[in-house]
Amino acid sequence: MESSGLRIIGIRLLSFVALVAVWQLAATLAASHLLPSPAAVIAIMSTEIARGELPFHVGITLARAGASFVVAMVIGGAIGIALGRVAALNQFFDGWLVLFLNIPALVTIVLCYVWFGLGESVAIAAVAINKIPNVVVTLREGSRALSRDNLEMAAVYRFGRWKTLRHVVLPELFPFIIAAARSGLALIWKIVLVVELLGRSNGVGFQIYLFFSLFDVASILAYTIAFVAVIQLIEFTILLPLDRRAARWRR
Amino acid sequence: MSEIVVDIEVKRFPAMASMQHVTALKGLRFSVALGEFVCVLGPSGCGKTTLLNIVAGLDRDYKGQVIMPGSSTAPDPVLGYVFQSPRLLPWRTVEENIHLVLRSGQDAGIVDELLSITGLSEFRNMYPERLSAGMSRRAALARAFAVQPDLLLMDEPFVSLDESTAQRLRKLLLEIWSRRPTTVLFVTHDTREAIMLADRIIRLTPSPGSVSTMFDVGIPRQQRSDAELIEAWRNQHF
Repeated sequence: MESSGLRIIGIRLLSFVALVAVWQLAATLAASHLLPSPAAVIAIMSTEIARGELPFHVGITLARAGASFVVAMVIGGAIGIALGRVAALNQFFDGWLVLFLNIPALVTIVLCYVWFGLGESVAIAAVAINKIPNVVVTLREGSRALSRDNLEMAAVYRFGRWKTLRHVVLPELFPFIIAAARSGLALIWKIVLVVELLGRSNGVGFQIYLFFSLFDVASILAYTIAFVAVIQLIEFTILLPLDRRAARWRR
Repeated sequence: MSEIVVDIEVKRFPAMASMQHVTALKGLRFSVALGEFVCVLGPSGCGKTTLLNIVAGLDRDYKGQVIMPGSSTAPDPVLGYVFQSPRLLPWRTVEENIHLVLRSGQDAGIVDELLSITGLSEFRNMYPERLSAGMSRRAALARAFAVQPDLLLMDEPFVSLDESTAQRLRKLLLEIWSRRPTTVLFVTHDTREAIMLADRIIRLTPSPGSVSTMFDVGIPRQQRSDAELIEAWRNQHF
């Protein structure tokens, strides 16, 4: 058990080193400031961190992503459960859902800015709207599969709405909620950058736009890598443990 | 009023794709005295579970009525229901499963008492999926008694267990019932089980179910674990 765990870590490490080596090789061959070496990117990252610029912009972007995430999960979850439980609602709104699932993120963002102005809450809403249809679909599947047996048990023992939600419905939906959260995180942090690029004056997306106009690839890579690292950290320290916790009652 | 009256004129299940509608129960009338242990005996498919779901209020789509004795303080009688499968919440421990059904203001001490009677005290922190089949049934029994029900509904709770486990659970049920007496409506297709447990047996006809015959079980409670006596009684009456 332990040795296979070590082996997996070893393979991961090896593959990471290989990736950096390929990058280094390509940078050496290209010998251009348009493809900086890993060392150059790390150097820029550390000066940006020291200046406080990078943490500031990453922090702003994270705050926007977090707010959008919460909004999307709550609204999408509520709609998804309603559609999964009430067949008539689902029949009526299914077409709308398909439509919203297929609107490109860029269109939603542009329309939001045009209609509601270039505000902070509009930016957050634009990101959330892009994510909500996915949450709806996942939670709809989950609540369709809710065990009638458990709901009947809750009804006979007079659990009431709140207790049923807390002890019967949500624990059963938990795997679906986590699935929506993990895919949501992956989607949202990408869309946030676009929203920032189009209509904000700070955040990682805005910075990347700025560096793009300067053709400063090293800074673009430095910000990208820092941000990806933070997102991965959230995945491994919050979402994965939650996923494991949810499975603790399984055999 | 001191009895529960079940009066089901007709219960139909609507037609589904390619299946005609099914009449599950028709003209099913009987009453249960308070404190009585009644077994409803019938072949499988005669609508026994449907009957319990109607009495439990889970199924309201039928013609007829179920009259429960109401007291002035609690208009709705408190129900316990032991389903055919234990229906424990897999994400809650044994103790949590029992604790969850308590009504507000109920003394939580009853959880400990029932865990101890059912021999589950040392398994209280286990999740249901780790329990054996017999232990899950015991937990479901403990849960049903924990609410201190006015009426306890039981739907073949010992089916699909091996006979010795089932027999131990029947004895356990009688023991808890003698300590915490309540009205019981117990559904089964097993004649010996019915004779062992019931004050009175109500036999149902094959589908659509209605009352075929009714008789009191004349064997004193102390002799109910005597297999030969039950066998003799069965040969005499069935």
